[in-house]
Amino acid sequence: MNWILLLEQTLNGFQFGILLFLLAAGLTLIFGIMDLINLAHGSLYMMGAYFAATFTQWTDSFLLGAMLALLASMLFGVILEVIALRTLYTRSHLDQVLATFGLILFLNEFVRLIWGPIGLDIPLPDVLNGSLELFFGIRYPAFRLAIIVVGIAVAFLLYLLVSHTKIGMLIRAGASNRQMVSALGVNINLLYTIVFGLGAALAGLAGLMAAPIMTVEIGMGEGILMITFVVIVIGGVGSIRGAFVAALLVGFIDTVGRSFLPDILGLFVSNDFADTAAPAISSMLIYVLMAIILAIRPQGLFPPKGA
Amino acid sequence: MKLRLLGALSLGAMLIGQVALADTVKIGFVTTLTGGAGAIGNDMRDAVELALDHLGRKMGASDVEMIYEDDTFKPDVGKQKTEKLVKKDKVHFVTGYIWSHVLLASRNSVVGKGPFMITSNAGPGPVAGKLCHKDFFSTSWQNDQTTMAMGEVLNQLGIKDLYIMAPNYAAGKSMVAGVTRTFKGNIVGKDMTKFPAQLDFSAELAKIRSVNPDAVFVFYPGKHGMQFFKQYSQAGLKDKVPLYSAFTVDSLSLPRLKDLAAGSLMTQFWAPDLPTPITKIFVQDYRKKYGRYPTFYAAQSYDTIMLIDSAVRAVNGNLSDKDGMRTAMRRAAFPSVRGSFKYGNNHFPIQNFYLRKVIKDSDGNYTTRIVKTVYTNHQDPYAKDCKMSW
Repeated sequence: MNWILLLEQTLNGFQFGILLFLLAAGLTLIFGIMDLINLAHGSLYMMGAYFAATFTQWTDSFLLGAMLALLASMLFGVILEVIALRTLYTRSHLDQVLATFGLILFLNEFVRLIWGPIGLDIPLPDVLNGSLELFFGIRYPAFRLAIIVVGIAVAFLLYLLVSHTKIGMLIRAGASNRQMVSALGVNINLLYTIVFGLGAALAGLAGLMAAPIMTVEIGMGEGILMITFVVIVIGGVGSIRGAFVAALLVGFIDTVGRSFLPDILGLFVSNDFADTAAPAISSMLIYVLMAIILAIRPQGLFPPKGA
Repeated sequence: MKLRLLGALSLGAMLIGQVALADTVKIGFVTTLTGGAGAIGNDMRDAVELALDHLGRKMGASDVEMIYEDDTFKPDVGKQKTEKLVKKDKVHFVTGYIWSHVLLASRNSVVGKGPFMITSNAGPGPVAGKLCHKDFFSTSWQNDQTTMAMGEVLNQLGIKDLYIMAPNYAAGKSMVAGVTRTFKGNIVGKDMTKFPAQLDFSAELAKIRSVNPDAVFVFYPGKHGMQFFKQYSQAGLKDKVPLYSAFTVDSLSLPRLKDLAAGSLMTQFWAPDLPTPITKIFVQDYRKKYGRYPTFYAAQSYDTIMLIDSAVRAVNGNLSDKDGMRTAMRRAAFPSVRGSFKYGNNHFPIQNFYLRKVIKDSDGNYTTRIVKTVYTNHQDPYAKDCKMSW
């Protein structure tokens, strides 16, 4: 076993997990507190990436562009909530799925109208564009390292916000018992708007951080949204802590599975078969994990208290 | 009385309509027009329109009606659109097809059902071999050929240890099969990644760094190729391990990849600087009309229209004469971007393959230049499995 490779793959899994966490944190809050199934969460991820590409071009600085994009994503989320999603809270989940699916189509076309069908690129500053020498001679791309650092910082801030502030208290209360919160005279509409704005900003952050590695393009959030749903189911709907642990778990399993499964399978079956079967099996692993969790602990790993 | 007159008139109009329709060549073109790969389909459509411009929008005396369909990069959608073209639109030719898995899913809805099928890009092994058909033609290549040429190039360069990466779908497997067929060194690592879902190659790049091969060969068409080149450079591998590719760098990605792809080597049947008279006119007019270099996808699509034109002219617009049109197409007697070539018994071109290198042209645009000819008049390895002869 090659330990340097294993360590590097752990970092890769961690980095993917962090991206998933940013998406899952918003999605789990929106689902847990507002009881809204928001399929268009991936579109907010896409909007974040497009905003970042545009603002980076305008300001000629990735950092400045990213900050502006973060604000724009939040604002976009708030507007979306006020205009479109507010009417959906009293509807059934099926209606919500239908409406937010429509929103995906709408936003994809919206982006096509404004930015065109060909994707965009976000040029990185030179500091972030290379790779760094870490301990034990491990080289790791600087930007992926930056994603990990930013992600951990955001997770910490979220923890402070949710556990140690008044608004966080309301959010937690909302996740545990919504009717009681509104019965106690809390302006639930405002709370919903804030939560949705926060979720949109987190999704936007994930999008703008994924963008320089991949490209900014229409529909970029749809694939990752599936995995994000897996994450919140594993973590427990409404729980940020659960989302964090589950995201890292899923990121790790996906990356390490992809990396080592072909070799492991190759020990038992013919190489040709292993080469073709391994990607298929490794992409199944996270769903297998979800199925196991659902079977033995249907409420997820860390369900919010009282739910 | 009035009503009967009206009825008769509309019946007459319908009949006249029928007669007029019979003279029109109807061509269905299935490609990807939306999503990340939409740029490719757009390029192909632009090339088709340019070809029609060059033909004066007519094939001989016949009008041409093009029907573009978007497969949205999904085999099931591609098959549905294909069936619509055959059953509802009753087209005479079904063409296009970027993706091998879409083509394989759609094939049975066309061949044997009346229309000719012409692939403008995808060339999976089965349709060139056992599944070859008298009504199926290609104006591109068979998937294995381009990477077989790459294998030869790698041998000539003295590469011993090679690492291969490709997406896990029909074309990815053919491409890998092609390079393994001719490459004589060791294949020290191979990753087939999930397609099209996987866009982040961090795990595979870490493996490449740990194995440290002499060279890496990849096949990543469309947006995947752009991302691969970007991440390869971010991982610090660009200056360490030389990267060779097929169908990964094209005229769509080059303006965005720029220096990331500079000097990159690939094999291909065509390049914008190929010294044939048709390529010269095609590239010049394409750049004039659309302001960019055409991709190889565009060149193949241009040829598709010219091949159909040669068939329609040969039968003087009598579209019911399928045998006549088939005989004409088998002659490949049309002005092709690749110069003159012959069709093999399986209706796939027997053609040259070149080594191309990414350079900057005199205006500062990134394009490719042919370095040398790798294969002359090369026939695909599946032709011998095809029972057809003529």
